[in-house]
Amino acid sequence: MNQTLNQEDSKNTLRKIEDDLIRPLRNHKGFELWILFLLLMFIIGGYAYIIQLKDGLGVTGLRDYVSWGLYISNFVFFVAASLIGMLISSVLGLLKIKWITPISRIAEMIALAFAMWAGLVIIIDMGRPDRFPYVLLHARLQSPILWDVTVVTTYVAISTLLLVLPLIPDASILKRRMTDAPKWQQFIYTMVSSGWIASPEQYAIIRKSMRILAILIVPVALAIHTVTSWLFASTLRPGWDTTIFGPYFVTGAFVAGVAAVIIGMYFFRVNYRLANYITDFHFNRMGQLLVLVSLVYFYFNINEFLVPAYKMKTMDVHHLHGLFAGKHAVMFWSVQLFGLIIPLILLIFRPFRKPLPIMVISIFVIIGAWLKRYLIVVPAQEHTFLPIQNVPENFMVYQPTAVEIMLTLLPIAGVLLIITIIAKLFPVIPIWEIAHEKGVDESILK
Amino acid sequence: MEENNNSRRDFLKKLGIVVGVGAVATAGAVYVGYDYEKKKNPAGKMVKVLTADGKLMEVPEEDLIQAEMEAETQLTALTNRGREGIAGKSWVMVIDLSKCRNARMCMAACQGAHQLRPEQHHINVLRMQDTEKTAPYFMPKPCYHCDNPPCVKVCPVDATFKRQDGIVLIDNERCIGCRFCIAGCPYSARIFQWFEPRDVEKYADKEYDIELNVPQKKGTISKCLFSADRCREGELPYCVSACPNGVYYFGDMNEDVVVNGTTKEAMRFSELIRKNAGYTVHEELGTKPRVYYLPPKNRLFDYVPENPEQGEQNDTHHG
Repeated sequence: MNQTLNQEDSKNTLRKIEDDLIRPLRNHKGFELWILFLLLMFIIGGYAYIIQLKDGLGVTGLRDYVSWGLYISNFVFFVAASLIGMLISSVLGLLKIKWITPISRIAEMIALAFAMWAGLVIIIDMGRPDRFPYVLLHARLQSPILWDVTVVTTYVAISTLLLVLPLIPDASILKRRMTDAPKWQQFIYTMVSSGWIASPEQYAIIRKSMRILAILIVPVALAIHTVTSWLFASTLRPGWDTTIFGPYFVTGAFVAGVAAVIIGMYFFRVNYRLANYITDFHFNRMGQLLVLVSLVYFYFNINEFLVPAYKMKTMDVHHLHGLFAGKHAVMFWSVQLFGLIIPLILLIFRPFRKPLPIMVISIFVIIGAWLKRYLIVVPAQEHTFLPIQNVPENFMVYQPTAVEIMLTLLPIAGVLLIITIIAKLFPVIPIWEIAHEKGVDESILK
Repeated sequence: MEENNNSRRDFLKKLGIVVGVGAVATAGAVYVGYDYEKKKNPAGKMVKVLTADGKLMEVPEEDLIQAEMEAETQLTALTNRGREGIAGKSWVMVIDLSKCRNARMCMAACQGAHQLRPEQHHINVLRMQDTEKTAPYFMPKPCYHCDNPPCVKVCPVDATFKRQDGIVLIDNERCIGCRFCIAGCPYSARIFQWFEPRDVEKYADKEYDIELNVPQKKGTISKCLFSADRCREGELPYCVSACPNGVYYFGDMNEDVVVNGTTKEAMRFSELIRKNAGYTVHEELGTKPRVYYLPPKNRLFDYVPENPEQGEQNDTHHG
């Protein structure tokens, strides 16, 4: 791995890597159809948003008691999924774990796409989106919302840099190779390559910057999800009024994020034919990582549910009963079993960490992760300290409407669109880092 | 390196001279201008004026200009006044549960005054039953105008705030509709305008009065305001004066006086809650409510549910 190849071998190896990783950028089979599908989801979601703007948030199933629903669940999920960038490129990277090289960009793409859309999901939930600037113009330091806005924007900024910096050498390579691409695309490569000439100084700068960013992003990433958990934990409501929400959310986020990256890895391995780069070994490792984070998350679940269930405080009883045996029981136990416990047990066995089985398991995990956010957000609002009376039936039971569901799908399509665009413009695996690992002479990486 | 240092020192020296000369020149110009202004008005004719907050001030006669009164200023004036509150007051409400027989005149009066639909409550009369064996009772529930308000804490834009007289108000010109305050309030006191408010056309031309929160606006929060507009006029809140059963007392904690809305009888607040074992709801949450309850004892009437099934519902305990 670390032996340096001679000039001739270097050139050939680099040529091979370039060909493998650039080929998918030219192959547009099915691409238009996929973009069309995403645009269709945008149109449907946009239509739903117009209805909501015109008639008010009343077009959703939300009412005065359950006043946060699908949109906020979606927001929490998005913030959760975006945390994976920090775990993979930063924590594992700083620990000098080598196998993350071919998947770090996939993780960063997922992280950035989710983080960017998280901010927009919040606007969808606002009663007066026209007043969004007030959040900064009339900002109050006491409100966790201001903290959230601050850390999410910081996280988006750092994640963007963490994605773009390693793109610089690759963009330079693309500039050389993609001479047949449209003008605008070549312009992007020229811009991103930022005058890369592969000099030792440039390598030093880029490595040092990435290292600084990798360190900076750790507290910011922890902050975004901890602060997001405080949107709930800072209230007095049973089910939200708990001290472990910060770490509970963060560990849950790692589960969701690892699953998302595994699905992404599988997709690119198959569609971009990258089986030589994203190998069974990588899936095996990610499977082990998923077991580890799932175990930690399982531990927090035990604390979160068993401790109050042991005490049975009056207010907690209603909440827990709803989850364990009441109207949310089917969803609750499905999420715990199919989204956490069974995947955790299966992934202990090596055959299940092969690409296909682990991808299927990850889909279960990620659906479970989304529903888990719903179970955190919604049921706690149904159990108020004082009874809910003298209001229509739909105030007591939250039932998402069609408009709401359509509008929930819009940001999901948005995330997929961002990932699609990045993965169509740039190689999903960093060419220069792979080449470096194979011992290619660094000075020709331009 | 040496040369470099020299040139830097040189530069700093020059910079110092330029800044120094500039400063002297500016100071001179300011003084000349000041002197000229002073000489212009040798007699020093001064005029006494009253500022908006009641201070007597003096200004040179020629500086006086006509103050303009625009519609914009009217709104700002109402909002500023409403945000400040009434100096020296500390509003408090006492609700005597032994007298409430669910007449709901309070709810109707409130909904009429605040442009609310039938399902929107600033004040809501709840059927309560604390445990299976204890007797049910009716409990009117306004906003408790907490002294440690969880809703105000979480508001990101200062759209809901605590005034000096204890009232927690809402500025629906400021509210962004995030509904964090709804999540924050443990008493479910807050409502949201999910659609266009009731009779929106009828109120379209009205100036927004923050103390009445009318006209209501789509996409913003509303809740009980302790009828801040009535307080300003020295009147009792809408719900308090509408009650036919003498349930409500309202008054000023600083004066230690509360007045019964039905009988207009004035009482010592401290004595009323001491003698009748007054309490606040869920005081263990640390919210410090401003609404006190007198326990539902010695009722001279039976608990009559609105319809028989409702009486059987378990939701009288908790939601």
